[in-house]
Amino acid sequence: MAMTEPTPDGRFGRFGGRFVPESLIPACEELEVAFRKYWADDAFRSELSGLLNDYAGRPSPLTECHRLSEELGYRVLLKREDLNHTGSHKINNVLGQALLAKRMGKSRLVAETGAGQHGVASATAAALFGMECVVYMGEVDVERQALNVFRMRLLGAEVRTAMSGSRTLKDAVNEAMRDWVATVEDSHYCLGSAMGPHPYPWMVREFHRVIGTEAREQCLALTGADPDVVTACVGGGSNAIGIFSGFVDTDAELVGVEPAGGAAIDRGVPGVVHGSLSFLMQDEEGQVLEAQSISAGLDYPGIGPEHAHLADSGRARYEKVTDDEVVEAFQLLSRTEGIIPALEPAHALAWMSRAREELAGKTVLLNLSGRGDKDAVQMMEILG
Amino acid sequence: MSASRGTIEAALRARRDSGGKCLVPYITGGFEGYLDAISAAADAGADAIEVGIPFSDPVMDGPVIQEANEIVLRNGVTPASIIDEVATLDVDVPMAVMTYYNIAFRFGLDRFAQSLHAAGISGAILPDMPLVEAGPWVEAADNGGVETVLLAAPTTTDAHLPAICDRSRGFVYAVGLLGVTGVRDELADSAKVIAARCKAVTDTPVLVGVGVGTPAQAAEVSTVADGCVVGTAIVRKLIDGGGPEAVGQLVGEIRTALDAG
Ligand SMILES: Cc1ncc(COP(=O)(O)O)c(C=O)c1O
Repeated sequence: MAMTEPTPDGRFGRFGGRFVPESLIPACEELEVAFRKYWADDAFRSELSGLLNDYAGRPSPLTECHRLSEELGYRVLLKREDLNHTGSHKINNVLGQALLAKRMGKSRLVAETGAGQHGVASATAAALFGMECVVYMGEVDVERQALNVFRMRLLGAEVRTAMSGSRTLKDAVNEAMRDWVATVEDSHYCLGSAMGPHPYPWMVREFHRVIGTEAREQCLALTGADPDVVTACVGGGSNAIGIFSGFVDTDAELVGVEPAGGAAIDRGVPGVVHGSLSFLMQDEEGQVLEAQSISAGLDYPGIGPEHAHLADSGRARYEKVTDDEVVEAFQLLSRTEGIIPALEPAHALAWMSRAREELAGKTVLLNLSGRGDKDAVQMMEILG
Repeated sequence: MSASRGTIEAALRARRDSGGKCLVPYITGGFEGYLDAISAAADAGADAIEVGIPFSDPVMDGPVIQEANEIVLRNGVTPASIIDEVATLDVDVPMAVMTYYNIAFRFGLDRFAQSLHAAGISGAILPDMPLVEAGPWVEAADNGGVETVLLAAPTTTDAHLPAICDRSRGFVYAVGLLGVTGVRDELADSAKVIAARCKAVTDTPVLVGVGVGTPAQAAEVSTVADGCVVGTAIVRKLIDGGGPEAVGQLVGEIRTALDAG
């Protein structure tokens, strides 16, 4: 079972779709047509590959963790998306979308951001391509990810604070969508995760497929086999779907890890927000619940529709971890390997640490989706 | 009650056939005084009334309606409580709920349609449900006797517009501008354009909403459209503490402007 296209109406199993105001339907259609065209176009593909390699630093390495493996009792491999330009996997998707937007004649990028990594990547691409960039960020996140706010401004982007609701990622998406409704004629919504209306979940996955493709080859070269387990953190699900796409047709177990306070698969029921039908944390009345997580990038009550389908079909499983476990894992990787992870992938590591017995003797591949520089100030306060 | 009120489409056609222009005010359900505000709007000359059911993530709404939503949700109001309260109203104009898809989806599409019908609510408007995703709801609404008002936007292509107008019941909600709900200083050029485009392909009443906030703007857009929906300007009155009287007064002023043509 390889990861294929969604159905023409944008469904992965029973999830997905295009639940946006009628105003945005033509833009979604236009984007789908453009993506189809350029994704099959050699010139586009080679221009994007060139950017990913020469600008973003791909391929990212695969690192074998000797000391951590000893500590955990099984073999740990890291896919080093933290070493990409701008510090996370987000750049893969953003370079793809910005290049596409340019081909489509759009002059302005609108983005939402939680941890600020997608915002920084968007601001970076906008600077590179000479485009205007507006990034929406919840007030809570502007505070806890102040470094990234500064980086975005330095890169020439305008950062607008979302003051409504939980003042985190969910509300930043709302504001970005409201902006897009008003500016759709000259703006491209550079959505930062594998979520939203069709074709975003599919397109974002394709732009991150490079993670899984590289990792599969690198694992084979290093170990002579596919890993037993592939794991990644899940906010909207872009880094996870990127690495899963390389292994979905192997025997590897796929494990997505969500924060306990934002566990859409565990605590959610099917619902519609931000353009697609997926698992969603909501109350009995259909009001979306506010997520609660130490990590701004995972502080989201929903999840991309393809993950909902992977969970539904049993091909992937989803675990949740607490903030305390994440703080432990953050320090564990720093101490054992000299790699300070972002708080987001520290979630997947937290699960790996808890699941030592289950994983004993196996080879586990972790998508290290970002580095921890952005979290240093927040962790300094927590750790005293 | 519902029988005597009739459908939204019948009420709007009656107004249009008599040479008048249609006025549909929007009032946030659950807001303090909203039931009296609905009655006041009906008395002041509304042809139908949209009752908003607040949703936590209203992406089509601007700051004013968002604020009203947040106030109502903080007070613990639920969709069912709004529907139940509206059912007790003694007004002689038809009503529609305006909410987001997830509210209906979580309720259960069939059960939501049946609840509206049982409460004497004639129609539903779900602004984040485009025609391509309307199938399951429209079936539930048709079965339950609920009119589904669809939205046509300035960006809607000529290829899609006839299908939207054709499938819309009650009226066609022509979105007056690219953007969220809110009062603008001037009527957008796009308002009359989309009204004319809709009118060219349908006989169903065409009302322009979003960006229509003053009596003058209402009258101006209605030179082309069959009438208008006024939301933010009315909700603003409630937020500012004007209560049902202020709502009735504004609806009356718009009615007068529309009648003066
Ligand atoms: C490093 C990192 N990993 C993961 C995420 C979560 O996003 P996704 O689930 O789309 O990979 C973020 C989001 O900000 C991030 O910065």
